[in-house]
Amino acid sequence: MSDTLHYEIVSPERLLKDAEAAMIVVPGTDGDFGVLPNHAPMMSTIRPGVVEIYETDGSEADRLFLKGGLAQVGPNGLTILAEETLSLDDVDTDDLAKTIQNTIEDIEDAKDDVERARFEKELAWMSALQEIVA
Amino acid sequence: MASLKDLKNRISSVKSTQKITKAKKMVAASKLRRAQEAAEAARPYAVRMEKVLTGLGTAVADQPGASPLLVGTGKDDVELVIVAASDKGLCGGFNTNIVKLARQHLREILAAGKEVKILCVGRKSTALLRREFREYIIDNKDMSHIKRVGFADAQSIATEVLAKFERNEFDVATLFYSKFQSALTQVPTKQQLIPVPLNNAANDDEPADDLGGAVYEYEPDEAAILEDLLPRNVAVQVYRALLENAASEQGASMTAMENATKNAGELIDRLTITYNRTRQAAITNELIEIISGAEAL
Repeated sequence: MSDTLHYEIVSPERLLKDAEAAMIVVPGTDGDFGVLPNHAPMMSTIRPGVVEIYETDGSEADRLFLKGGLAQVGPNGLTILAEETLSLDDVDTDDLAKTIQNTIEDIEDAKDDVERARFEKELAWMSALQEIVA
Repeated sequence: MASLKDLKNRISSVKSTQKITKAKKMVAASKLRRAQEAAEAARPYAVRMEKVLTGLGTAVADQPGASPLLVGTGKDDVELVIVAASDKGLCGGFNTNIVKLARQHLREILAAGKEVKILCVGRKSTALLRREFREYIIDNKDMSHIKRVGFADAQSIATEVLAKFERNEFDVATLFYSKFQSALTQVPTKQQLIPVPLNNAANDDEPADDLGGAVYEYEPDEAAILEDLLPRNVAVQVYRALLENAASEQGASMTAMENATKNAGELIDRLTITYNRTRQAAITNELIEIISGAEAL
């Protein structure tokens, strides 16, 4: 039994992270949950939000924004299948506000339900990001 | 017999062709490396996704109300065939091999009296399928403006396919693409996309996670997770196919161009020998004329 948590964050494009940590806080759909070493097996979908990675006890968290995805805690540690990730440092608040405005207009102009649902999904992660950055 | 001037022209034309194939080979080789890296980098996600899906899917499949993406619509009358090929030629048998496999499959299901809809990805697949299956092609995705295939490109195709599925336009979807093995071998592959094939997705060489008697806890619940996962899986599979295709295309192109360069070299050698022979024959002829002229005096 190891006393560190093995974790992997994978995006469709590539394996983003494959390392050890003391604790990871995952933004689950039903609420945030912390994963410690030897956590019971579970699976949860992820809402747009920030993953906090604590490399050692009491160290500052490494924060990574996820647009959504799936977290799986198994005997081999935590696997996050991320839809898309963003580093919080790269976010331009003005730009984001503008894109949100555009998306709201897109929702109004949407031709059918499928298109509207797509834009609404976009808006959901963008507003989540805005709340975190602000 | 061709005159000296003709031969000379022929040689120089083959030489310039050789230059083009050589350059194309070099371009393909450098593009191949990048395409291969991208394809390999995307594999972990697809593999893990498959694992999660297989585990979840088998648990939920026999429950009532399971998603039609998983268990199908209960019939297989209409099939959507997605044929992914490249936009450019000069890549040997790459496109023909994919289309050959697809054509075989298409003929089979048409003979079985089922309805077929074809979605072509890449310009070449349309060009090759148009003659026989024109009335079945419903759309063509031109990817030639995309330099590097991104997940967003795959997602837009997947969204369209899923929208069609929701409107009950087809029951089964099959994807044709070329799996990359090495620069020399690319394997044309047929993959069932919808419903998700659960039996052959199981990986024999990788045993399932041993939980030591523990059971996965699901949040919110299995059905909700699957609801989220299944559409994403379609996008991931399409993305993987596009990446494998990109690497295969460059590999096939490299091999084909290498062969073409070699053939051009051989042709040049042969033509040069003929050229020299003809030149010598002409000289000999002239000498004979001079000598016999001198003897006559």
